[in-house]
Amino acid sequence: MGAMTAVTLNVNGERFSRELDNRTTLLDLLREHAHLSGVKKGCDHGQCGACTVLLDGRRVNSCLLLAVAMDGTEITTIEGLSDGTTLHPLQRAFVDHDAFQCGFCTPGQICSAVGAIAEARAGWPSAVTAHDAPPGPVELTVPEVRERMSGNLCRCGAYVNIVSAVREVAR
Amino acid sequence: MKEFRYERPTDADSAVALLTDAPGAAYLGGGTNLVDLMKLGVAAPDLLVDVSRLPFEEVEETDGGGLRVGAAVRNSTLAARRMVRERYPIVSEALLSGASAQLRNAATVGGNLLQRTRCLYFQDVGKPCNKRRPGSGCPAREGVHRDLAILGASEHCVATHPSDLAVALAALDAMVHLVSAAGPRSLPLTELHRLPGDEPHRDTVLRHGELITAVELPPPVPEARSAYRKARDRASYAFALASVAAVLQVRGGMVHHVRIAFGALAARPWRARTAEEALLGQPATEEAFGEAVDRELAAARPLRDNGYKVPLARRLAVSVLTDLAAPDAGGQR
Ligand SMILES: Cc1cc2nc3c(=O)[nH]c(=O)nc-3n(C[C@H](O)[C@H](O)[C@H](O)COP(=O)(O)OP(=O)(O)OC[C@H]3O[C@@H](n4cnc5c(N)ncnc54)[C@H](O)[C@@H]3O)c2cc1C
Ligand code: SF4
Ligand code: FES
Ligand code: FES
Repeated sequence: MGAMTAVTLNVNGERFSRELDNRTTLLDLLREHAHLSGVKKGCDHGQCGACTVLLDGRRVNSCLLLAVAMDGTEITTIEGLSDGTTLHPLQRAFVDHDAFQCGFCTPGQICSAVGAIAEARAGWPSAVTAHDAPPGPVELTVPEVRERMSGNLCRCGAYVNIVSAVREVAR
Repeated sequence: MKEFRYERPTDADSAVALLTDAPGAAYLGGGTNLVDLMKLGVAAPDLLVDVSRLPFEEVEETDGGGLRVGAAVRNSTLAARRMVRERYPIVSEALLSGASAQLRNAATVGGNLLQRTRCLYFQDVGKPCNKRRPGSGCPAREGVHRDLAILGASEHCVATHPSDLAVALAALDAMVHLVSAAGPRSLPLTELHRLPGDEPHRDTVLRHGELITAVELPPPVPEARSAYRKARDRASYAFALASVAAVLQVRGGMVHHVRIAFGALAARPWRARTAEEALLGQPATEEAFGEAVDRELAAARPLRDNGYKVPLARRLAVSVLTDLAAPDAGGQR
């Protein structure tokens, strides 16, 4: 039975190739096989956002994606955002704004924010964007950030500071 | 999770052929529902045929001035398309009101329409459930059913269909294009999902192996205005308790064209045809909207804990229609 499949993808700029059990999720590939433990397993059911990574530049929940289906894609995790020891602007902003307590949700929040800022720059609307908004980048107001980041839960309730951190980088 | 084989064919015919001969096989879209159900043991396919990279990724205008949306288009991509936002704003609104940005980036149009109910018992293999295990019973009737159906349910199942997109498509008279070993066919979206009757395990009229290739929207009704409104337990990232999609065209103060579809009230998007018929040619007033919606909801058979859905759905529909009828009100479009 072909319950294993060879998968090759690019993780944080490096080629990653492995024969994997088809049941492996992208989240488990990253944590257990690529040893990138920044990405977190919260609910494992798409309900919390702790496992958020960028798939070909778009934010997704890695817990609901099968690794075999990711063949040939580019994945960026929290480990891939910093430039050596220089933090990514969002990482810097999360520190500056005290946007976390326990930190469990933080890698997912930051990857999600990278995606959210890119989506707004590309002019993608959210549920709170005005219907007659002109084409072009969407300004990340407080309601916009709250709505766009709603897929990332924070049990410590650091939301207010997360919103400030994201807005600072979006400006 | 049970072991399964994985295939990623490059064309629809190969995908259909793979499923046709394999009763235990399933198509895989973005996986945001199916993989979840596989983890829960609710779904246990022995073969996954990945259709998320089939060449159904176009959103294109049809010759007749409508819009054809490939089944593999991601929910977020569709919601962001200018053409969709300008000509079919309720499609964009419905999509953006659902799930989270991460989920919408992965979810496909085909998978969204075929997602399964969120009934708690359906998702818990330790419990009986007629939809999951035919004949085992429906604990939701006497148990937890606050989110479940008030329309079109049966003694065998009171589940609701959770898709927001499907509700907007029902109000727009969308068609669903399919292909199977027997060849292609098309169905109105409103005929895709079934009411439970005594076969609640069958969510849709699709045959095994039938593949959704596209959804087609007819040209927008000239001068009509439309809106999607959703009530839920929190402001974002939650399924609907009730939702409504409405399209309204008023001429000389009278209702000239109207489409109303409710979400989260039944096992399929609920086209309010009784209300639509009652409104045609009537004055576009709050009073007339209320009377028409009452006629529609007279068919409601709430359970112990979901009676709140009747007034909730009424208020949603009447407020949306009233806003759409007021030329200067918010949401002019
Ligand atoms: C936490 C959470 C919150 C959510 N909230 C909402 C919400 O508020 N509103 C809402 O509408 N949805 C919501 N969703 C559901 C989400 O929208 C669906 O999971 C998603 O749209 C399914 O699309 P998919 O491509 O991932 O489907 P998959 O999971 O890949 O597939 C779903 C089903 O469709 C079948 N299938 C897929 N593609 C095809 C095809 N082309 N032809 C035939 N069969 C096919 C599969 O075999 C499977 O049975 C939520 C999900 C989660 C996890
Ligand atoms: S309502 Fe339907 S899905 Fe829920 S327990 Fe009853 S039979 Fe199962
Ligand atoms: S772990 Fe993936 S969303 Fe919670
Ligand atoms: S900082 Fe603890 S969960 Fe967000």
